[in-house]
Amino acid sequence: MPGQFQWDDPFLLDQQLDDEERMVRDAAREYCQARLMPRILEANRHEQFDRDIYYEMAQLGMLGATLPEEHGGAGLNAVCYGLIAREIERVDSSYRSAMSVQSSLVMYPIYAYGTDEQRERYLPRLANGEWIGCFGLTEPNHGSDPGGMETRATKVVGGWRLHGSKMWITNSPIADVFVVWAKAVEDEHVGPIRGFILERGMDGLSTPAIEGKFSLRASSTGEIVMDEVFVPDANLLPGASGLRGPFGCLNRARYGIAWGALGAAEFCWGAARQYTLDRNQFGRPLAANQLIQFKLAEMQSEIALGLQGALRVGRLLDEDAATPEMISLIKRNSCGKALEIARTARDMHGGNGISDEFHVIRHVLNLEAVNTYEGTSDIHALILGRAQTGIQAFM
Amino acid sequence: MHVVTFTRSTPDTAAKVWVDEEGAVSWGDVATVVNPWDEYSLEETIAITKSSGGKSTVIAIGAALHDDALKHSLAMGIQDAIRVEEVGADIHDSLNWSGLAAGALQKLGDVDLVIFGKESIDVASDQHSMQLARRMGWTMLSFVSAIVELDAAAGTIRVEKSLEQGKQTLSARLPAIISVMKGINEPRYPNFLGIRKAAKAKIPVWTAADLGVELPAPATSALRYFNPPPRAVSTEIIAGEGVSDKVETLVARLFEEKVL
Repeated sequence: MPGQFQWDDPFLLDQQLDDEERMVRDAAREYCQARLMPRILEANRHEQFDRDIYYEMAQLGMLGATLPEEHGGAGLNAVCYGLIAREIERVDSSYRSAMSVQSSLVMYPIYAYGTDEQRERYLPRLANGEWIGCFGLTEPNHGSDPGGMETRATKVVGGWRLHGSKMWITNSPIADVFVVWAKAVEDEHVGPIRGFILERGMDGLSTPAIEGKFSLRASSTGEIVMDEVFVPDANLLPGASGLRGPFGCLNRARYGIAWGALGAAEFCWGAARQYTLDRNQFGRPLAANQLIQFKLAEMQSEIALGLQGALRVGRLLDEDAATPEMISLIKRNSCGKALEIARTARDMHGGNGISDEFHVIRHVLNLEAVNTYEGTSDIHALILGRAQTGIQAFM
Repeated sequence: MHVVTFTRSTPDTAAKVWVDEEGAVSWGDVATVVNPWDEYSLEETIAITKSSGGKSTVIAIGAALHDDALKHSLAMGIQDAIRVEEVGADIHDSLNWSGLAAGALQKLGDVDLVIFGKESIDVASDQHSMQLARRMGWTMLSFVSAIVELDAAAGTIRVEKSLEQGKQTLSARLPAIISVMKGINEPRYPNFLGIRKAAKAKIPVWTAADLGVELPAPATSALRYFNPPPRAVSTEIIAGEGVSDKVETLVARLFEEKVL
């Protein structure tokens, strides 16, 4: 076998990318390392999100990157989207969440389910960072079970009246645009879930921030409280009806998370490897211990396998041949493995592992949320279980 | 206005560069980057041509390795890229280099301004831009810290240079050649739309024959490359009672070593 093993790219992922994909990855990495990495420590410590990041991401074309050029996108493929998510989350899951929400959960539904007027009004401003978007599906009493949502949109003359609240909404306290899902009520009959575009300033709309998070601290999270908010007919997304609407967006976001979580894991793996090479105990590097090398081998294996899976699903998405189950598989696998890798890397850093200056503890805490949001590990397991047994086990 | 800039792929500044057993310079399989000083000349070129509606061209002289720098330039927003390659030419020889560069400028024909980065981090002979200006018979304004005015209609350029004594303002008739300093602008990151276009770009390759240039034998030759001998460094931790005592000892030692 004449090939040469590259420890940090065991299956030569780099060679499986084309020129465009490599250039996109490199540009994203350069920006993230030069501009995001120096900010994250303070941002995480003080729970600050720098608004300018949206303008910077927009300049690169990171917001709605997969949408066509005429709608403010860069026309990139799904593999590029994954590579970008991986580079951002190598720095922090909060920043990747900011990109994912704007791209997959706000711009994508407006593009896919919206009218031409909605596309023209919202997409350019969301792509250039002028407006920040958020996505309201989860409610205080309905997380894994969005079909049980309590938010109602009641048909009135000229529009809809929205009532209810949404919880754990990334960006809600700072958002200008809200894609909100509610059960439509017409003639006192509760119908399917429909999507609505709300704007800041609408009467009855408020967005209290959620304080005291130990995870995704560099991202603003809050509620969307709607007290009889009137939303004109023109703001209904006509192309979505039922849970298929929000799930269509979530599938794209979850696919990005599958890449992103591995970016965070790669950071932790690299940090643990370097730390144990540099730190001497009992007169030799920690990395000279079999226990350490075993852990490094586990990390390397899971990351290499996980990335191959993510790349494969990306290629299938680009061929329009991917399924939600594939995305459940990689979202669940990447997040679970990344969390385990981050915890192990934290342990390998000893006492220093709990200091934010080594960054690993921040990834551990972030990945706790990433493992939970957009479908918990267990819920994705049930999707995979249903797919192979034909038996629904959600309740 | 047609603005031309030159660039090349160089090892990453963070890469370890060494001379291998065969005497060749190597940086392993670390990827190259666009010569860091050229980020400023590329940005300046893009900014000028975008605001004036002009034309921008980037040229690299050398082997296919430099296509990466050219594609990076296109991704940043330069309109056209050309690579000049003459097998057998020694592009480290600035006379050879400037001969090909002058040929390329003449072939383009309508060039108003050429912008260089301060230097190339791999060769750094500091002669390429000047020799090109001499060959073209154009004014050379080096180490420019700001372009104060560029008047296409009048065919003039006014620039500012930072000197130790203060600032100097110079003006010249176009066409002219300038080299720009770090800090003249903040180079943009290539955006994804630009990258998509750049990735698909087919970069034309011009040879000396295409340019009608006959290259003389190189006037310089690299005799040998060698690694610098490791420096003998010894570290001393200054001991003493309290800070002021340590500072006194430190100052005395610095005088002793003739550092102060």
